[in-house]
Amino acid sequence: MSVNEAVGTVPASEVIEEAPDRRRKQLSEGARAERRLGWALCAPAVIVMIAVTAYPVGYAIWLSLERYNLELPQDIKFVGFSNYAAVLSSPYWWQALKVTAIITVISVAVSLVLGMLLAMVMHRTLFGRGTVRTAALIPYGIVTVAAAYGWQYAWTPSQGYLSAAFNNSAPLTSEYKAIGVIILAEIWKTTPFIGLLLLAGLSLVPEDLQKAAKVDGASAWQRFIKITLPLMKPAILVALLFRTLDSFRIFDNIFILTGGNNGTGSLSILGYDNLFNALNLGIGSAISILIFICVVVIAFMFIKGFGTAAPGTDIGKR
Amino acid sequence: MATAATTSRQKVGWGTANLVVVALAMIPVLWMVSLSFKTPAAILDPSYFPSQWTWGNYSSILSTSQFIRPLVNSIGIGLISTFIAVLLACMAAYAVARLRFPGKSLLIGMALLIAMFPAISLVTPMFNIERSLGLFNTWPGLIIPYVAFGLPLGIYTLSAFFREIPWELEKAAKVDGATPFQAFVKVIAPLAAPGMVTTAILVFLACWNEFLFAISFTSTLASRTAPASMAYFSGGSVFTVPTGPIAAAAVVITIPIIVFVLFFQRRIIAGLTSGAVKG
Repeated sequence: MSVNEAVGTVPASEVIEEAPDRRRKQLSEGARAERRLGWALCAPAVIVMIAVTAYPVGYAIWLSLERYNLELPQDIKFVGFSNYAAVLSSPYWWQALKVTAIITVISVAVSLVLGMLLAMVMHRTLFGRGTVRTAALIPYGIVTVAAAYGWQYAWTPSQGYLSAAFNNSAPLTSEYKAIGVIILAEIWKTTPFIGLLLLAGLSLVPEDLQKAAKVDGASAWQRFIKITLPLMKPAILVALLFRTLDSFRIFDNIFILTGGNNGTGSLSILGYDNLFNALNLGIGSAISILIFICVVVIAFMFIKGFGTAAPGTDIGKR
Repeated sequence: MATAATTSRQKVGWGTANLVVVALAMIPVLWMVSLSFKTPAAILDPSYFPSQWTWGNYSSILSTSQFIRPLVNSIGIGLISTFIAVLLACMAAYAVARLRFPGKSLLIGMALLIAMFPAISLVTPMFNIERSLGLFNTWPGLIIPYVAFGLPLGIYTLSAFFREIPWELEKAAKVDGATPFQAFVKVIAPLAAPGMVTTAILVFLACWNEFLFAISFTSTLASRTAPASMAYFSGGSVFTVPTGPIAAAAVVITIPIIVFVLFFQRRIIAGLTSGAVKG
């Protein structure tokens, strides 16, 4: 995979070229023009990203401090942190947080293990490689909502093949079984993505090292634990970080499969329901900010705690 | 040791593993296809394959604006968002990959933050902003957030691709008197085209798949996209669940994905992994 080989390698000529320029205090005309061009080229992207994320988040912080119900537009009032108090003392928030945490932990853990197996199958296979990869890309690419309907009908009693196979059961009507179906749908959809990311990491593990260990009498399992895993740690951590944050915002599968009924609603479902059923912008914004804080905490844990290299930081150093 | 025997046994093992992977990937997809061809009576039969086949579900969804209009919206919004996102990401990624300027790591940090951003956090404030700006239930109301969320993906993927380009050519162009901008448009852009195609596919797939914004910022057929429209399908009467039409719609919106995957399998995989994995 040539892309991966190229990533991270800095052509020697560039390094030498950069050094004297940095020390020069007075920027040359060319360097100044380069700087202006750099900013000009980034400006449109930066403006759009700020307009769509930073500004609404700032606005949400402001809204979250107000009493603001769309049904009572005359009754807007600054109320400080009472919206946060209302959310954090509500059982709905904690139930949604629990459901989200269960789904995230189980689906990420299982799809990591299955993704690793998938990566090894894709890495080892010599014939039918294209077929396997193409097949694996379909769950990744398929519209989540379309796949979710498939799962829903498959588990509908007297209509679905899976329900029929399991004694005509109706798992979507009970809390934990429904969460199980949601996790199954998530795992099916996201394992290929992890598998492909890990496959790229796997192709970076030198074949010689494996052979040398084999000669020294290491078993396949020992080679996997002592050589493959440590060398793949960066790829695994990046895949984990992205999958965890992605799973944490789960919405589509739950919306279609259960609509959040029977205590299966995630944090995203809670935020959506609050806006469109309760029409409460103040509470909704407080939920938004609290979810945002959760995501920041998770990302911080991964990057500082586990030493996940934030993807792209090497680009910045150049 | 019978090496030949071991290898052939291994071959059988990996071959079986391949079959399992393909089967697990395809069974849920083919189930949707099967459902979409079932007659209303056959839908109430849990067998995997239809006992009676019909095109009726397809003709019913393709003859109503309830699905055709959202399909047009999905294609239009997806293409416009992809075009804008790739264009802007291209400019930024070129700057990131090639130019020296202060604030570069800030840009990358910002893109990373947005890639990890919980979309639900934007729904409440954006809903109110879009209402007051008149963007609610319009194409731009979805295009603007789609561009913003396509940008990080685009900047990462493109800057990875841009580092593969033989930059001596750019230098040569500059020696020949081209400005940096000309060097970008005339020399580098054509070389970067494959990376741009890959990025465009990934961004388009993300827009095509998007559901939360699509149901939150739309209220009528004027801008509702295909995935969002499926939640509003109704059966022939209040008592019929529109299972067949929904399955047919699901198959229709999956077709472009299958086409992309079949024709651009290598590119999609290269694009997916280039941004996240470092050598």
